[in-house]
Amino acid sequence: MFVRLSAAIAAVSLLSGAAMAQSAKPSDPQIAHIAYTAGLIDIAAAKQALRKTSNKDVRSFAEDMVRDHEAVNKQALDLVKKLNVTPEDNDTSKTLSKNAAAKIAELDKLSGAAFDKAYVANEVAYHKAVDSALETTLIPSANNAELKSLLQTGLKIFQGHEQHAEHVAAMLK
Amino acid sequence: MQPRRIVPVVVALVLGASVSAQAATIEISMENLEIEPAEVSAKVGDTIEWVNKDVLAHTATARNGDWDVMLPPKEFGTLVLKKAGTVEYYCRFHPNMKATLTVAP
Repeated sequence: MFVRLSAAIAAVSLLSGAAMAQSAKPSDPQIAHIAYTAGLIDIAAAKQALRKTSNKDVRSFAEDMVRDHEAVNKQALDLVKKLNVTPEDNDTSKTLSKNAAAKIAELDKLSGAAFDKAYVANEVAYHKAVDSALETTLIPSANNAELKSLLQTGLKIFQGHEQHAEHVAAMLK
Repeated sequence: MQPRRIVPVVVALVLGASVSAQAATIEISMENLEIEPAEVSAKVGDTIEWVNKDVLAHTATARNGDWDVMLPPKEFGTLVLKKAGTVEYYCRFHPNMKATLTVAP
């Protein structure tokens, strides 16, 4: 039990700088907000890539990210509406958004192959961090069965994206 | 019952086909990023029909490069098997979706 809790905290720290360590178990409205925010962040990153890249593989990867995360976030919105849950902003969501804004600013200074590499490397790292937060904290903490099942599908999607990003990263080398 | 069995035979005769009149359509579903069944045995001439039940686009892409079938959300795609052999395939968008097709001559 202690080991699992530490692993969960380690994963969350990686994701959010220990923002959630005080309240280890987020509520369903908080989980919904975190998952939705995580999707929005990846869409924003992809849109930045679409503005900046001229690499065909990076472009098609970014298009896949926009398409998938918009589809999943639409499902998430439909679900919270159905469950009559209002997603609740929280420290983890705030930290995620803050870190993402910093990353966008950092990547904005790069161009060409340097941008492509940095974007794809960040996609690998970001999806890894979200996978680990989903596995160790968000899925186990979710109370509602439908929310849990959507998160479980989300985990498989994110794991797929992580592998896809790794594949694109390998092609850029 | 009777008329349905006669039609394929007639079609086969019309086409002058020596191919087996028993060509089957095999359905494979993609749902929640799972390919089900993940292992399928078929014969040359059979049709594979992948049904994408997800809201995400998937593909059925042969690792050996023989085929690449696009599967838009909530749609299906088909492939007529032309070559015998075992083919591993995956989804290009979600490479964790993997399956195997074994095609007998």
